Order: sequence, then C-alpha cells, then structure tokens
Amino acid sequence: MNDKLYRIILFVVALIMPIVCGGVVYALVTDAYDAFEHFGFLNFLTSSQWSYTAGNEQYGALPFITGTLMTALLALVFCIPFSLPVALFVGEYFKGTKVASVLSTVTDLLAGIPSIIYGLWGFYTLRPILMALNISPQGSGVLTASLVLAIMIIPYVASLSAEFIKMVPNDLKEGAYSLGATRAEVIRKIIFPVAGSGMFSSYVLAIGRALGETMTVTMLIGNTNNIPNSIQSTGNSMASIIANQFGEADDLRLSSLIAIGLVLFLITALINMIGKMMIKRARIV
Amino acid sequence: MNRLKIKHRLAKDKLMLWGICLLAALTAVPLLAILGEVLLRGYHQLSWAFFTEPTPTAYKAMKAIEAGEPIPGGIANGIVGTMIMLGMAVIVAVPLGILCGAFLAENSKNRFAQFVSYLTDLLQGTPSVIIGIITYIWVVVPMKGYSAIAGSVALCIMMVPLIVRSTEETLKILPASLKEAGLALGGNKARVMMQVQLPAAFGGIFTGILLAVSRVIGETAPLMFTALGCSLIRFSVDKPISAVPLLIWEFFNDPNLQELIWGASLFLLLFVLALNLTAKYLAKKWNQ
Amino acid sequence: MESVIPILEFKKTCVSYTKQTMAVKYVSAAIERNTITAIMGPSGCGKSTLLRAVNLMHNLYQNIRVDGEILLNGENILLMEPIEVRRRVGMVFQRPAPFPTMSIYDNVLSGFSLNGIKLSKAEKDTTVERCLKSVALWDEVKDVLNKKGTFLSGGQQQRLCIARALAMKPDVLLMDEPTSALDPIATKHIEELLLELQKEVTILIVTHNMGQARRISSKSMFMYLGELVEYGDTETMFTNPIDERTKAYLTGKMG
Repeated sequence: MNDKLYRIILFVVALIMPIVCGGVVYALVTDAYDAFEHFGFLNFLTSSQWSYTAGNEQYGALPFITGTLMTALLALVFCIPFSLPVALFVGEYFKGTKVASVLSTVTDLLAGIPSIIYGLWGFYTLRPILMALNISPQGSGVLTASLVLAIMIIPYVASLSAEFIKMVPNDLKEGAYSLGATRAEVIRKIIFPVAGSGMFSSYVLAIGRALGETMTVTMLIGNTNNIPNSIQSTGNSMASIIANQFGEADDLRLSSLIAIGLVLFLITALINMIGKMMIKRARIV
Repeated sequence: MNRLKIKHRLAKDKLMLWGICLLAALTAVPLLAILGEVLLRGYHQLSWAFFTEPTPTAYKAMKAIEAGEPIPGGIANGIVGTMIMLGMAVIVAVPLGILCGAFLAENSKNRFAQFVSYLTDLLQGTPSVIIGIITYIWVVVPMKGYSAIAGSVALCIMMVPLIVRSTEETLKILPASLKEAGLALGGNKARVMMQVQLPAAFGGIFTGILLAVSRVIGETAPLMFTALGCSLIRFSVDKPISAVPLLIWEFFNDPNLQELIWGASLFLLLFVLALNLTAKYLAKKWNQ
Repeated sequence: MESVIPILEFKKTCVSYTKQTMAVKYVSAAIERNTITAIMGPSGCGKSTLLRAVNLMHNLYQNIRVDGEILLNGENILLMEPIEVRRRVGMVFQRPAPFPTMSIYDNVLSGFSLNGIKLSKAEKDTTVERCLKSVALWDEVKDVLNKKGTFLSGGQQQRLCIARALAMKPDVLLMDEPTSALDPIATKHIEELLLELQKEVTILIVTHNMGQARRISSKSMFMYLGELVEYGDTETMFTNPIDERTKAYLTGKMG
C-alpha cells in the first residue's frame, strides 16, 4: 500500500457523500415532479386540500407545512424555560462539578430515548393528564405533540448553549465581579451578550431537529388534514402525513407525499445550514 | 449605594439561583417518568417466552383476552430482525465511516473535503422519514419488494455521518507529534494511519459507533417503508422482516396487542440506555 | 590527508513559508561524521526549520519551499522520496512521544512495521535488546517489555524514542530540543548517552541551552534571523567568537 493508493481510496470513499446526497435530491425531485406538474408548484404548496376521491384527487401541502412549523416553534418555546437553566447550571453555576456532570448525563440520556417511546408516553400518560386538566379536550393535538417534542429537544439546546456559556472568558466575568456585580447580573450583562449568538444558534439547530421528528408527532398530533387554527386543534406535520399514508399510497398521492418530503428536506437543510453558520460565527468570536 | 438596593439585588440573585436549580432539576423528571412508566407497565411481561417467541396473530390475541389469559407470544421476530439489519448496516457503515472520517481529518484545508464535511452534516440532519423514502425509491422499488436489505441500507445511511464525525474529531484531537513521529520513522501515510493514528483514536471511534448504533436501533419511520415488518422469525434478507420498534408501532395500532407494547418498549429502552451509558463510561475512561 | 565526503552537507539551503519571507537563508555547512553538532540561536532564528528540512518534514505542510541542496552522503535528499530519506535519518522530538497504543517492545520495532519490513522473532528480540541497551534502558524495562510505554518517566520515554529512532540504524540522528521537557537529572543522562552514541551515529542537535551545547557538541552552528552566522569548533566559538552577533548571543545580551 503506497501513498498514492491510500489517497485514492480515501478520496473514493469520501465520494460517497456527494453521491448519496446528490442521489437524495435527485430521487426526491424526480418522484415529486408528477405532483408538482399536476397541481402547479406554488399551488401545491399553498393548497389545503387532501382528498383521494378517484378521478378528482386533490393534494396540497399547506396544512402539513403549517403543522410542522407550529409544532417545532412551540416546542422551542416550551423547551427554553428548562434548557436555559440547565445550560446555566452546567456551564456557569456548577461548572465542572459532579452534580453538573450528572445533570449532563441525564439530559444526554433524554436525547437517547427512541422517539416511539416518547410517543407512547405522550399518548398513555400525558394525554390523560391534559384531558383531565381540561387543557386539551381531546388529548391529541398540536399542544400535546409540542410538549413532548419540547422534552425531546431539551438536550440539544442545553448542551450546545452550555458550551457557549463555558466559553465566556474568565477575565470578563472577573472584571464584572470586581466591580461589585452579583452573579445574576454577571449572567445578564456579560454572559448573555457574549454567549448570546451561540445560544441562539442552538435554538436554530433544535428547530431543525424538531422539524424532522416523526413518530412522536404522528402519535400525538391527532392526524387530521386541516390547518391547525389553535394550539388545541389537531393536525398533521409533513413527517406524520408521510408516515401515515406512504404505505398505501400510489401514483399521484405517492408523488404528492414525496413532494412533501422534498419540501421537508429543503426546509430542514436550510435551517440546519443557518444554524451551523451561526455556530461558526459565534465560535470565532 | 443604599443598603436597600443592595439587599434587593442580592435577593434577586438568590432567587435566580434557586429558580435555576429548580428548573434544572425538573428536567430530570421526564426521564424518570418515562423510565418508570415503561418499567412498571412492561416489567411483568418480560419472560423467556417473550424473547423467544414471535408475535401472535390478532386472532390468537383476541381469544386470549376473551379468556382472560395473558397474550401468548413475544418479540423474537423483532429482535432477530433488528439484529440482522443492524449487523448488516454496521458492517458497511463502520469501514466507510472511518475511512471518510480519516479523509476529512487528513485534508481539512482542502475545498472538496470541506464540501464533503458540509454534506455529512446535511445527511446527519436529514429527517429519518426522508431516508426511509429514499431507501424505498432506491432499494424497495428496484427489488420489487420490502426486505431486510432495504431496512439495513436505511440504517446504514443514518449511521455513516455519525461515525464520520466521531472519527474525524477524534483524529483531529490527537497530538501532531504522534503522526510526525510515525512519519519520521519512514512510515508512509497509510501505515502511519493504520498503525499509529487509528489505534490511538480507537476509543473515540468506538464510542462513536456505539452512539450511532443506539441512535438507529430505535428508529421506526425509515423501517416502515423498507423492512415493512413480518410476524415470523425470519433470517432471509431479501424479504420483509420485523424489528423491535416496528413491532411496538404494530402493537400500538392493534387493539388486541396493546398489552405487548410495554414489554417491547422496556426491552428497547433498556438496551438504548445501556448503550448510551456504556459509551459515556468508556469515553470518560479512555480520556484519562 | 584523505578527503572524505561529509555525511551531511547543506549547500545554500533556503526554506521559505511564503514568497516573501525566508525562514532559512542560504545556509552552507558540512557536518562531520560521528560528531555531535549543535545548532543554536535565539527563538525564531530558523534552527528547527533547518533541522526539519533534513528529513523532509516540511513535506507534510503546504506552502513550504526548500531551495538549494542538502546532501546526505553526497546525494541530494531534496530530490529523494521522503520515505527513503527518513529511513536513513532519524528524528527525536521535543516532547517524548512513544506510541501510546504499542508496548515498549513494539515501540522500539515500530520503524520496521511502519516501513513494512518483516522480521523474524529472533531478529526482533535481538534488535530490541540492542537498541534498549544502547540507550541504557534495557535493565530498567527488560521485564516489562510488553507493557505500554506511558508509565515510564519523561527521561525514560525520551530514551525509548531515541532507541526507536536508532533501531533503523540511521546515518544521522536529528534532535529537536530533546531535553527541554525533561528535568535536570534526566537531561544529564541523555547528554551522557549522546556522547556515547556519537560513535555510532552523527548527531545534529538543536538546543537553546548553551551549557548543553558546550558540554556535548564538538562543533556548533550559530543562526540568527535565518542565516548561518558562524560555524566551527564549539570551544573556539564560545571562547573566541568571530562574529559580533555570536558574541552577543553567547554572552546573554541577545535573547
């Protein structure tokens, strides 16, 4: 094995990335083409119809795009009040201690739980609670799905934010303390401004993760094909409609589902790219 | 500065500390709640039979419920299916992932390598349901049917980016003196990588593989359109096959099989948590 | 008097990182066989850069150019395959770096396995014993050859690295501040070792420790801002430096 062969082998293996990714886009686009051609690109994206009466099938992606965005954003809103304290706990207050590493492990384990199990817990435990407390009359819906989704993304926000909080230079903090600031004030006035853009990037990445979540949402969102008009209503996300209907779909419906898949792929790719760019910028600072 | 204001600020400070501790502690609650619930509901189902028998038909289950007996059968078909698909996925994903990671670590300044790195992130962030669609298009359609091969292709695609990243990062952390010492002895790049760099990076790479496995073992969506599921214990790879998460999904959707949900979930959950904790423990140990 | 080809010779060697700046400028010097030659100078003078050019380490990084000639036994190494050169020229680095995943035994032999050379068990045993004896480490580790080298002290690890380099029987041994990370006693042991080793191999040592240069080297090179300012007998240079800059450095006026 000489150097030349080695370089060639590594290069060829690395080629699988562009090949696979290119293949993903190509496959999605070609199979989604029928749906876009039939309904018109913009029309498909903004239509809320979803009926499979033979001879006059109408499909549109709007309810699902809305459902996806609503659940992802709500999930972020619900998760911040918990992940921010965890990030501060691990990155500032108890930085480097055993308690902090236990908490880190706990949050990491949360990330490891399979989504179907989150869905089960949400369905069998959370739903009855929400129905009993009358927060959500029928139990399933955007709210329920977002709540569980929020728990699922806590680890992503917490660990990445903690990293940026830890990176705040000691000199800056000590400068503030030496002027008589309390810890809370140092956090508000020094840590948040300096680590802020990094923390924000963690939110973006968490949304990217929440956008693609399938099983939990499928089991909790109620599976109706309407645009959700309140957080208590039921609906569907792009991932959940695909999960529900892909198995028995064919021709135009299949193409429509794949088209929805393409939209999901693009939105997720875009959000993730923005998030990663923000991280890069925040790290350089 | 008057004393009242100072007291005020100190009080706010204390309040914040307690608030943070409380909220942080609360995040442990879901973990315990989920673990506890799955444990309580599923514990009594675990038995030797549960792990060695395939799932019962809906009819058998219905009869057993009517008679007030525990549902016969288990999740053996799912366990076998998961192991087979995981095994095939790992055999392909690990070498590809390690070599690609080595490529990225060796060529970090190169434009093409940066592009590949970006694509790795892209693939990693792709929703698993999309990977399922893609594998359906690439494997199920040409093969004219669902199969274990399709399932393992989907799992493999999901594992590769994770292994690439952990290999690349571990290699990059290695001190440069190691590689230089190897080269100074006259080794060519391939040998230095094989004999010096990769062995030194073994710890990080191995934990990366463990984490990748734990991540895909619980995936349901991509398997729904590739492996499909099957009620028999099956060893052939070109036909539909079961998997533990797929079984859980089937049980969820079948009113007669609801009882079996929790045993299967307990098994899956414990397995995943064990993998995660092992990976963490090993990472800590090897970093000393 | 016979004219002998010097074992190593620099002929107008230049090393540059960018088009504008040269880190090493037109160094010409002939190194004598079986001697210890010290390269001294303040930080940034180019001594490490010059040293690393001899085993083509600069090939690992882009944008580094080497011009002129560096002759090893008359052959220009700049035109040779790096792998070939590195078999004949060994290097010991500042930080002891035994391979952490290999046992002491395998570390000594790692040069062979990295070059794809297969040895019989008997050959391996002999080589390991020979090399460890020549660095005075054999007695200390002969019973624990199968253990990984990381439990050894800094000085012992460095001796292991020297043994590893010597296993390949190089013509020249390059040493880049090999004792700067070690305590004084370990340093002393290594210096004694080098004085012995020069009978088998020619040693080129970069050091910022003037005392060390004076103690062990017979010839010295003084570099400043990339140029070879003075090259000659160590004793003479210390007692009677020719160049003003050499004098300033040796008397501590220059950092």
